[in-house]
Amino acid sequence: MINVIAAAQAAVSAAGGEGGEEMPSVLAVPIDELIIGIIAFLIVFGGLAKFALPNIKRTLAERADAIEGGIERAAKAEAEANALAEQYRQQMAAAREEAAAIRTQAQADRSSMIEEARAEARAAAQAVTAQAEAQIAAERSQATAALTHQIGELAVTLAGKVVGQSLTDDARVRETVDAFISDLERQAAAQGSAQQ
Amino acid sequence: MSAEAVVASGGLDCHLNSGCGFPAPGAEIFLFDRLAAFTIGNLEFHITKVTVLLFIVVAIILAFFIYAFRKPKLVPRGAQNVGEMAYLFIRDGIARDTIGKDGDKFVPFLFSFFFLVWLTNFMGIVPFAQIPVTSIFAIPVAFALIVYVTWVPIGIYRQGFFGFFKNLLFPPGVPKAMYVLLAPLEFLSNLIVRPATHAIRLFANMFAGHLLIATFSIAAFYLLSASVIGLLGSAASFTVAVALTGFEALIQALQAYIFTLLAAVYIAGALHPEH
Repeated sequence: MINVIAAAQAAVSAAGGEGGEEMPSVLAVPIDELIIGIIAFLIVFGGLAKFALPNIKRTLAERADAIEGGIERAAKAEAEANALAEQYRQQMAAAREEAAAIRTQAQADRSSMIEEARAEARAAAQAVTAQAEAQIAAERSQATAALTHQIGELAVTLAGKVVGQSLTDDARVRETVDAFISDLERQAAAQGSAQQ
Repeated sequence: MSAEAVVASGGLDCHLNSGCGFPAPGAEIFLFDRLAAFTIGNLEFHITKVTVLLFIVVAIILAFFIYAFRKPKLVPRGAQNVGEMAYLFIRDGIARDTIGKDGDKFVPFLFSFFFLVWLTNFMGIVPFAQIPVTSIFAIPVAFALIVYVTWVPIGIYRQGFFGFFKNLLFPPGVPKAMYVLLAPLEFLSNLIVRPATHAIRLFANMFAGHLLIATFSIAAFYLLSASVIGLLGSAASFTVAVALTGFEALIQALQAYIFTLLAAVYIAGALHPEH
């Protein structure tokens, strides 16, 4: 142990004695080391600033541009799609309106056509009815006239047969018969008009 | 020099109970033999291990990022992905956050500082390198000096010569009389202490971290001897050295971030004095 201490003391005194005068301080700044340090920095700075960093700066700017451009393009496409959808929607609405108008028109047309046809049919029916009635009336009056005449003749014939043949040529009898027949006709006419 | 120091204090054969004391590491572990030297004008340049490591870092940074960004794609992959993460970290996390929208101009400046400082720090735990380049005081001083001679001219250019010093020395919202006291303090704090602490903060962190790792590594080696206490102590020291190495990895990145962030803060102050 004593040996160790002695050796340490010897070492310390040796270091102090020998190194003391010639060992430079660690805080010394030799001008040559200073210049070498500055040169080292300038080489790094110059090399990086000229050959390395402008490239990456440009690339980063391009990348930012690309991303921003992409966003811009996407926004543009979206706006376009929206405009297109809006246009489509408007067209659809217009088409729907048109279809509705056409449908309404068709309905109106149909009802008017039905009305027209109905009116026509009614008019035709009325015409037919009127014609038929007129014909019937004419035929009846004709038949009535014929019947009256026949009845007159029959009555005269019957009366002649009942009274005797002398009566046939007598003018007065004929007048009486004619008057009677006229009466009958009048009655018939009165009856016919009453019936109607 | 460092090799001589180790030999002088007992060398690699120095173990517990072998008759030599603990060869505690000192400032000598930050001093390196000169590998080469050349002279430009009157100035002699010394090439040491630290200088070599510094330029290896420079080469790695340039090679990686020039490779990663040589033909950047819109959809990143591989090295570009990693590089882009680094770029966005500096641009969004430091430049835009601290300086604002006009921070983009300073991204190359801050980017260079972050990776240069981080990787030179990182050399402290790379096997065989094992010295943080930034624990050599001249290197952080050089870096801090560059930041200083960047933000001061920017401030003078942006605010005018008198405006710059007025904003720097006479902060608003203080009673007029206080300026007698405040102006000299602000001058000292902003123009002298600020660059000094900027350099010293980085240097001292790396220096202390390296010294700690070295101490425990040497202790693990020194205590390795034929005794129970020695073996236990050696194992404990080794464990601590490994843990400290992991811790240092964190500190190295953190100090690089702090150095870069402060550079950004100083530039932001020069650009927008109202903040």
